[in-house]
Amino acid sequence: MTEEKKDFFVSNISLSYQYTAGNATTRFLNKVAEGKLVAQKCPKCSAVYVPPRGSCPRCGVATEEELELPDTGAVESFTIVHIPIPGNPIVPPYVSAMIRLDGADISFLHLIQEIDLADIRIGMRVQAVWKDRSEWGTTLENIKWFKPTGEADVDPSVFKFKE
Amino acid sequence: MKDIYILAYAQNPIVADAKAANEVELIMPVVHQVFKQTGFTQNDIGFTCSGSCDYLQGAAFAFVEGLSAIQTNPPIKESHVEMDAAWALYESILKIQMGDAETALIYGFGKSSPGDLPFVSTLQTDPYYMSPLWPDKTSLAALQAQLLMNKGVLTKKDMYEALTQSISNAKNNSNALVTAMPSEDDYLSADYLSSPLSAFDCAPISDGASAMIIGTEEAATKLGLQKIKISSVHHSIESSNFGARDLSTSESIIGLGKKINLKSFKPDFVELHTQFTYEIPFIRGLLDLGNVDINLSGGPLAGNVMMAAGLDSIGKSFELLKNNDFHSGLAHASSGPCLQQNMLVHLEKIND
Ligand SMILES: [Zn+2]
Repeated sequence: MTEEKKDFFVSNISLSYQYTAGNATTRFLNKVAEGKLVAQKCPKCSAVYVPPRGSCPRCGVATEEELELPDTGAVESFTIVHIPIPGNPIVPPYVSAMIRLDGADISFLHLIQEIDLADIRIGMRVQAVWKDRSEWGTTLENIKWFKPTGEADVDPSVFKFKE
Repeated sequence: MKDIYILAYAQNPIVADAKAANEVELIMPVVHQVFKQTGFTQNDIGFTCSGSCDYLQGAAFAFVEGLSAIQTNPPIKESHVEMDAAWALYESILKIQMGDAETALIYGFGKSSPGDLPFVSTLQTDPYYMSPLWPDKTSLAALQAQLLMNKGVLTKKDMYEALTQSISNAKNNSNALVTAMPSEDDYLSADYLSSPLSAFDCAPISDGASAMIIGTEEAATKLGLQKIKISSVHHSIESSNFGARDLSTSESIIGLGKKINLKSFKPDFVELHTQFTYEIPFIRGLLDLGNVDINLSGGPLAGNVMMAAGLDSIGKSFELLKNNDFHSGLAHASSGPCLQQNMLVHLEKIND
């Protein structure tokens, strides 16, 4: 048998990691697994971070004080996604939104559902819809999505980062 | 050219596994320490530059997230190098030379424990012809070590001496990770990871961070601390194609020795960024260093935080000058496989 001559070969790139979230974020995720949203507060400027990364980048200090926030908030910004992303089970069109929890000074990205797409707007009040408790883990996916509460909108000026 | 001084330096205790700690939690303590040493706040810093590699911990944009460790409001002038923070220092020196800043904060961090470092390092090699073959960092170093042994440049005994000297010196660094001294029997009978290198010949997998503040003469004078000057700094790189390099020597290192004019001064000590035992006798010969003390801090063989260990060799030289009756020190940083890229820094104690 003659050896087949090869002009090319495929070399896959793959590295595996034992990823860690950070001490501060680990504390947050452990609380999320209990259905609680626990923010961290800056000791200097009192800014409240959720999810917390363990520091206030405005002051350059660690955020150690923890406080539980409600699962209600408002839409700070949003986009309607029309293009399907391979591997993503959510069927477009859907709303991706920056949610500012009540009492927080930063927002995080999540979904909004149970809504007519034409109604979505900045300032709209929303509340988390949680998965069944038996499915909870150390992830914000414990929240399936946020849905409108029907309360009056908040004035978007409240989203300004407090001085 | 402006005179530039090192004003402060700090290093986290080097650990084998920083557990859950992320980049912010590694960086913040060392940044706070250099601020404490100088009395500075971020507002006193004209330029901030970091060195890190996201592949190490497997977190995309960790270098951006790391900025949360420092005060970034009001906005700061900032940059990053995807390499050892020694090169972040170099960029900062250029920034000050250009008149864009009077002071600079430099930090480097590395968390190698979450991944497989020898293979993560493969991604530093040429992506078309080299990295698809997955040559790991240890095997590439072994290739060079074996070549040097074959050519009679160094012996396994030289490597053992470099190791024992490093471990013995590690007592000078309270942050060192490795302090256990292997016997010659243990060393010589250890299994090879890649012949002729055993685990003893390789710097340990390490997690940590380091930070430094540099500044102009005016900034140094105002601070009123012992002045340690960066008298000269040069770096150079060789081809990413191993076939185009003569691995039995180093054009880069020999060239830098000439550029920094090593004939014109005699350093009291040398700190080398050497991640394998063979590199110590190899560089000693290349730079004709005679019997000068190498790696009084223990060097990377006693603790090797990737992307910070090069800055550490400069920082440890700063500390050695500051705390001892030394006047002149030579520091080295390296990057890439088989000492592909190198930097030499001449530091001097200046008495007013
Ligand atoms: Zn703050």
